[in-house]
Amino acid sequence: MRGAEAFRVALDALRANRLRSLLTMIGVIIGVSAVVLLVAIGSGAKQEVEEQVEGLGANLIFVVPGRFEFGSAPSVSRLELEDIDLLGRVAGNPDAVAVTVSSGEPVTEGGEEAFATVAGTNETVPYVFDRPLARGEYFSEVDVETRRRVAVLGSTVAKTLFGDVDPLGRQVTISGVRFQVIGTFADVGSTFGVDRNAEVHVPVTAAQRLFGVDRIDALAVKAPSTEGIEVLQARLVEALEDKYEGEEFSAVTQTQILGTVGEILNLLTLVLAAIAAISLLVGGVGVSNIMLVSVRERTREIGLRKALGARQRDVLLQFLVEAILLTTVGGVIGIALGVGGSLLIDRFSPLPALIAWWSPVLAFAVSVGVGVFFGVAPARRAGRLDPVVALRTE
Amino acid sequence: MTTTESTSYSARTALPAVEAVEVTRSYRLEGLSVDALRGVSLRIEAAEFVAVIGPSGSGKSTLMNLFGCLDRPTTGTLRVGGADVSALSDAALARLRNETIGFVFQSFQLLGRTSALDNVALPLVYRGVRRQERRRRAQQALAAVGLTHRAGHRPTQLSGGEQQRVAIARALVGEPRLLLADEPTGNLDSHTGAEVMGLFEQLNSERGVAVVVVTHDLDVAERAHRQVHVRDGLLERDQGGPRR
Repeated sequence: MRGAEAFRVALDALRANRLRSLLTMIGVIIGVSAVVLLVAIGSGAKQEVEEQVEGLGANLIFVVPGRFEFGSAPSVSRLELEDIDLLGRVAGNPDAVAVTVSSGEPVTEGGEEAFATVAGTNETVPYVFDRPLARGEYFSEVDVETRRRVAVLGSTVAKTLFGDVDPLGRQVTISGVRFQVIGTFADVGSTFGVDRNAEVHVPVTAAQRLFGVDRIDALAVKAPSTEGIEVLQARLVEALEDKYEGEEFSAVTQTQILGTVGEILNLLTLVLAAIAAISLLVGGVGVSNIMLVSVRERTREIGLRKALGARQRDVLLQFLVEAILLTTVGGVIGIALGVGGSLLIDRFSPLPALIAWWSPVLAFAVSVGVGVFFGVAPARRAGRLDPVVALRTE
Repeated sequence: MTTTESTSYSARTALPAVEAVEVTRSYRLEGLSVDALRGVSLRIEAAEFVAVIGPSGSGKSTLMNLFGCLDRPTTGTLRVGGADVSALSDAALARLRNETIGFVFQSFQLLGRTSALDNVALPLVYRGVRRQERRRRAQQALAAVGLTHRAGHRPTQLSGGEQQRVAIARALVGEPRLLLADEPTGNLDSHTGAEVMGLFEQLNSERGVAVVVVTHDLDVAERAHRQVHVRDGLLERDQGGPRR
C-alpha cells in the first residue's frame, strides 16, 4: 500500500469519528498551543529586558560593592562621593562617572501622591545614561555642591502630581521636604518590572541628607568605547580595592548583565516550555489510548484487509498514519491558537510576547513525533493481529 | 481414507489449485492441545467446483483457513497454487492470498463507510494498482455480478443478496485461481442463496476459477460437482469428481 493510499484511508477513518477525533486532538491542541504561547511570553520577556538594559546607554560599567550576583543580598556600601573623582581619574574623564543612592519615597503635591524611586545623582547622568529630558533642564554641578533642593520628575510622577499643568518651577514634597521642579524626563516607555518613568532625580548631596545617610549605592562609568572595556573594568575595581583595603568591589558591563539576564530568562522559558510539554505528553497518551480503542473496534476490518492481501506493514502503516494525522492536525491547530494567543497577549496585556521563528517549526515537528511515538504501539498491535482470529471477532 | 491421490493427473496440464498431503492442525487452548485436523489429504484441481460439508467443530473452518493461506499446517504439506504454504513468510502468504485467492464470507465483510465500487477495488490496493485502474477493474467485476447500477451505494443501502454479490465481485477483481466461500448463503434466504450459487457456477464454468464452498446445507452442496465430507478432523467421504 502506498503512502497516499494510507493517508486517504486514515482521513476517512478520522472523518467517520469526527467527535472522537476532535476530542482526542484537544489534548495535542492544548499542549502545542501552551508550548508556543509560553515560549512566546518567555522570549518576549527576554527581549524586553534586553532592550531595557541596552536603553541604559552604551559602554556602561556598573561599579558596586561586594560581589555582583543575581540572587545575593546587596552588600553594605562604603562607597562615598569622593569616589566619583577617583574613578573619573581612572577613566580619564571626570564627566563619565555617575553616582546613585536611591530609596522609595512618597512624593506629594496639592493632595496628590505618587510613590517614586527617589534617586540622588550627579550632573553627569543625562550624558552617562543617555537620558533625554522632555522639558526644563537637569541639575548642575553647582546644584550638587550646594545641596540645592531641586528635582527632575519621571513622566509618570509628573502626570500623577500635575496632570496637564506645567510642573516647571512648582514645588513637590519628598518625605516632608520641599523641592523645586526644574525638569521632566522624556517618556522611556512602560517597562517590565521597574518603571523608570516613576523615578525622581535630586542632587545626591540633597538625597543623602534627606535619607540620613552618607553612603552611595553604586557608580556608573561610561567607557569611551567597547574596546578595552575589560581593562578599564579591572582598573576601576583595583583603584577601589586599593582605597578600601579588605573590601571587595565588582564592575560589570552592560554586556555581562545582558548575558546573565539572558541566561535567567532562557531558563525561565525552558521551564515554561517543559511545563507545557507535560500537557503535550498527556495529549499523546490520549492519542495512544484512542488508537488502541480504534484497533479493537476495527479488528474485523483488519482481518479482512489481511485476508485480501494486506501485509503486516500495510496495516501498521495505516494506523500509524492515522495517529500521525491526528497529532499533526492537532499540532497545526495548536500552533495557530498559540500564535494567535501570543499576538493577543502582546497587544492587549502588559506581558510582552514574541514568536520566535523556531517555535512553531519545533512545535510542528514535536506533534509529528508525538504521533509516531504514541502511534507505534497501537499500530504494531493492529499489524500483528492474526487474520483468522480477527475475522471471527464480532 | 478416500483421497484424490488416485485421480490421474495426466489429464490436466495446469497445477492443482490446492494440494494437501497428510495435513494436521493443532491448537493450544488454555493449555490443552486440540487437534482440529488429524491428517487430511485432498487435491482440488484447477476449475473444480467443490463443496466441503460437515457439522460445526468438524474442522472444515480450519481447512478453509489453511486453503485460504490465513494459517499454516502443524504438520504435513499444503500447496496452494503450487506454492508450499509452510515455506512462505507472512508477507509472501499475504501476496499469495492477494494474487491467488478470492474470499467470500458468510457475513459479507464489506467496509461499511465505503462504496460498493471501492469495496470491490480493495484487494487491488494491496497489489499496488493505481486508483484509476482499480476503479476500472472494479466496475468490470461489478458488471460481472450484475451490480453496475449499485457502484456508488454503500453496503447499508444494499439488500443481503446484493451485498454478497458485491463481496463476490471483490473476490473476483484480482482474477484469482481459487474462490473460497465460507457459508456464502448462510445469511440469505433460499431464493437469494440459489442466485448466489448460480453465480458461482457461472464463474466456475465461464472463467475456470476453482470454487470451494463450505456449507452445512445439503441443497447448496448438491449444486457443486464434488462433495467432500469432513468429520472429527478427517475426510469422511469424497463424492463426485472433477467435471469432465
